[in-house]
Amino acid sequence: MAISKEQVRHVAKLARLSLTDEEVQMYTGQMNDILTFAEKLNELDTENVEPTSHVLDMANVLREDQNRPSLDRDQTLRNAPDKQDGMFRVPAVFEE
Amino acid sequence: MGNSFETVIGLEVHAELSTKSKIFCGCSTEFGGLPNTHTCPICLGHPGTLPVLNRQAVEFAMKAALALNCQIADVSKFDRKNYFYPDLPKAYQISQYDRPIGESGWIEIELNGEKKRIGITRVHLEEDAGKLNHLDDGNSSLVDYNRVGVPLIEIVSEPDMRSPEEGRAYLEKLKQILQYTGVSDVKMEEGSLRCDANISLRPVGTEAFGTKTEMKNLNSFRNVERALKYEEQRQAQVLAEGGTVIQQTMRWMENEERTKVMRSKEEAHDYRYFPEPDLVQLQIDLAWKESVQQSLPELPDARKKRYKKVFGLSDYDAGLLTATKKTADFYDEVVAAGANPKAAANWVSSEVLGYLNNQGKSLDETAITPESLAEMIQLIEKGTISNKIAKKVFKELMEKGGNPTSIVEEKGWVQISDEGKLKEIVLEVIQANPQSVADYKNGKDRALGFLVGQVMKATKGKANPKMVNELILKQMDG
Amino acid sequence: MSLLKQPIRVLHKQLKNREISAVDLAEDSLKRIGETDDQLGTFLYKDEEGVRERARQLDERKGDLTPLSALPLGVKDNISTKNMLTTAGSKILANYTPLYNATVMEHLEKEQVNLVGKMNMDEFGMGSSNENSGYFEVRNPWDLNRVPGGSSGGSAAAVASNQVSFALGSDTGGSIRQPAAFCGVVGLKPTYGRVSRFGLIAFASSLDQIGPITRNVEDAAYVLQTIAGHDPMDSTSADVDVPDYLSSLSGDINGLQVAVPQEWMGEGIDSGVKEKVKRALQVLEREGAVVEEVSLPHMDYAVAAYYLLAPAEASSNLARYDGVRYGHRIEGENLVDMFERTRSNGFGDEVKRRIMLGTYSLSSGYYDAYYLKAQKVRTLIRQDFEKIFNRYDVVVGPTAPTTAFKMKEKTVDPLTMYLNDICTIPVSLAGLPAISLPCGLSEGLPVGLQIIGRPFDETGVLKVAHAYEQQREPLPEPNAVGGEV
Repeated sequence: MAISKEQVRHVAKLARLSLTDEEVQMYTGQMNDILTFAEKLNELDTENVEPTSHVLDMANVLREDQNRPSLDRDQTLRNAPDKQDGMFRVPAVFEE
Repeated sequence: MGNSFETVIGLEVHAELSTKSKIFCGCSTEFGGLPNTHTCPICLGHPGTLPVLNRQAVEFAMKAALALNCQIADVSKFDRKNYFYPDLPKAYQISQYDRPIGESGWIEIELNGEKKRIGITRVHLEEDAGKLNHLDDGNSSLVDYNRVGVPLIEIVSEPDMRSPEEGRAYLEKLKQILQYTGVSDVKMEEGSLRCDANISLRPVGTEAFGTKTEMKNLNSFRNVERALKYEEQRQAQVLAEGGTVIQQTMRWMENEERTKVMRSKEEAHDYRYFPEPDLVQLQIDLAWKESVQQSLPELPDARKKRYKKVFGLSDYDAGLLTATKKTADFYDEVVAAGANPKAAANWVSSEVLGYLNNQGKSLDETAITPESLAEMIQLIEKGTISNKIAKKVFKELMEKGGNPTSIVEEKGWVQISDEGKLKEIVLEVIQANPQSVADYKNGKDRALGFLVGQVMKATKGKANPKMVNELILKQMDG
Repeated sequence: MSLLKQPIRVLHKQLKNREISAVDLAEDSLKRIGETDDQLGTFLYKDEEGVRERARQLDERKGDLTPLSALPLGVKDNISTKNMLTTAGSKILANYTPLYNATVMEHLEKEQVNLVGKMNMDEFGMGSSNENSGYFEVRNPWDLNRVPGGSSGGSAAAVASNQVSFALGSDTGGSIRQPAAFCGVVGLKPTYGRVSRFGLIAFASSLDQIGPITRNVEDAAYVLQTIAGHDPMDSTSADVDVPDYLSSLSGDINGLQVAVPQEWMGEGIDSGVKEKVKRALQVLEREGAVVEEVSLPHMDYAVAAYYLLAPAEASSNLARYDGVRYGHRIEGENLVDMFERTRSNGFGDEVKRRIMLGTYSLSSGYYDAYYLKAQKVRTLIRQDFEKIFNRYDVVVGPTAPTTAFKMKEKTVDPLTMYLNDICTIPVSLAGLPAISLPCGLSEGLPVGLQIIGRPFDETGVLKVAHAYEQQREPLPEPNAVGGEV
């Protein structure tokens, strides 16, 4: 087994997903299939291979330090599920 | 710290960069403003938006790194730091993981006359988060995204400090250098300079580090030192009682003057850093490095050295004058305008700084110019005004400004150095005070002071005191 | 006959000559949608009133018409349209109305296109069958029991059934090309960096590209001409000149060097598909192209690498859907509970699966073994193509190993579904331009021919595709949907 139910639960927590026991069961099986399939990559020697995070050979894409208009506040808050006093309202955040 | 343990401290400092626009969008970075009025789809992390890096932010970070004696990376890149928090709109912070802008720097601190080098591990660029406002009902918090995307540099020190005092000295020096470079306004009270601290203890003479705790929310120099002292003692007590320090993140509770546990190591975040695919890498060539290097001003240590060597100032005075770049620049301009460097140093360090301190003002809130102060100092040297009058002129310059020569003339404050005119007044005073003259002749030196005072009074303080002295003696001895 | 069957060039000419009006086109589109949409499920949002209003305005307006003026267009729902619902096919964005236009929409609006609405898709682009839409599935106009492909299934099915003149799709691992193949239309994935991603709701940022889905190759050239080009709002948008794509459609491919990877003509590819692709290659040879078999040794590893890389990026890109600033939210007992309920309820199974997979491959202790390893294999795949392109002008093969499969056929086992992308994924990993165009029917279903070019050589890809298209036997219209075609 590449990944255990416990790990699946931990990953769900990291990803802020709550899973039912059935879902944990399902994802554990499916993720194992996929990860086992991915083990195939270990057949390849990549010791001296540079990773590709970008296919583009580009560097230094920069903008000048100029202001652009911000949104009107009612626009900013237009899609907000909950708001108050011009701000986005969320359940209490306990000081970390 | 007793004899048995040695304290080891490292600091992580965040400074907001003074760019006009945010790091990845064109919104204003201005402090204050109604909540959520400096926001756009990009900094709000709306679906489909993309970041474009602000050139000025990169150059400010390079400038700071160079001022901290760092090596600038040839290739630098951005990474995503993933975690969920309502103040982080994309649920990741664009930061730098393994290729920071600058590495391997140092700064020098001075404590009780001893100098010490503190290593800088790295300087990297990242974006700021928003602000959470906690409602009194305890049920909800309100989020303001104005600060989201303001460019920050994080400066990580080596664990080179050995006492809370050194920690504070490092932070003060860091602030001074950053302030000189002009990349940040370094105001701890506005949050543009923030500090987290790592502290551990180890038996004296050992190399291995003890278990550290991390302290957050140290929002003033005083709190940094107090929190470090508190935590130093707490750990010492734990160890003295045979216990072990637990690796955890603490929060400094300013009002209670103690630290509180935020989370333990087991609860530590897994940030899942990976290269930011929405940005391309930075390639910093020599020409770019050099152009930024050349934009650096003379930094405080170099300036202090110059004041001592070229102007012959004392270490103390040179220190006072270089404490902030504004003062040092002002002083340099006064000297450049023709004032005697030592006289200028005295006036700037005692009168100017004293005035600002008393009034709670900054230099730009006064009317004085370096040229006017220099001219006033020259008037003293030429004997046009006395030191006593100069203080009146100075007050006038601070409050209303203007040209010292004109002020002195308009107010009729020119010193009377005309011997004939002074002699007349001296004779009048001697005639009017026979008793004092007699007293003087009987050896009472104090009577001379009285007579001089009478002359000064008659001239409303404008008489040249040195000449008055000489004239009275001449009359009485003659 | 539906006006929208006509190529863009013809419609443009008829509009210019006042033989038809913008209102005619709009009404034609709405009529066709009315006849077929219930069966196909292509639209997530239709702006009927807006389409009519814009058409009236366009007819009143004097002045020059551009080639795309007044053409009814469908846009995949992961492309941000200002003031028009944009959900990326996900319930988590059910009520989200963007405050801004994607750069491609700005370009198209300048051309005075007539946006009909937003096309159904697999949620956030994650799927190859459109069965992963957060709302309802799309059906294939050639056979309503079959999938249209994915994730741009709505866009492809809409073009195939003449609901719109053309559509925009997006491609991460094949999401333009594979549905184009399944629906018998043309789908072009441009080189990574050719078309701005600003406003494209991200799935996997290092792979995503917007591209046209059209009825023929020339139409694809028209649309690409409009949407391609450097965008200062997208740091990964290449500052490369945009050539005149239309003038490249000469039909002359004499001496063209064509590489056919043996990996895409062997086991695992349906015989009916292979046969049609072979016939297409014969056509190219007849036109003077030199066709040779080559090997891309790392192709077998592409799907595995992709399913580590794309979900990793997705896990981060989709973290912002937390119920705070926009979109769907389910209240909870506390903050974390709100986050978890919102996300668990708002995302579908496939999206959650990929978020989980991606989170895992980036997590502490697994990064090197999975994510970094996959990035290195990506390099090997790029190098395979680089070597081939030293000698050959284009790489040609099937777009997908099969024709459109039956609904629910591959939903039980995600891995089977993923393997349907074996021919498109390697191209995406290498960031290359590729087109899929129909090369005949196999058992009554369209087969897609994929033509891949060098980076930024869309011109070459279009030229070969166009040359082939001119020589191809005409295709019938899909006949599974009602109404007069």
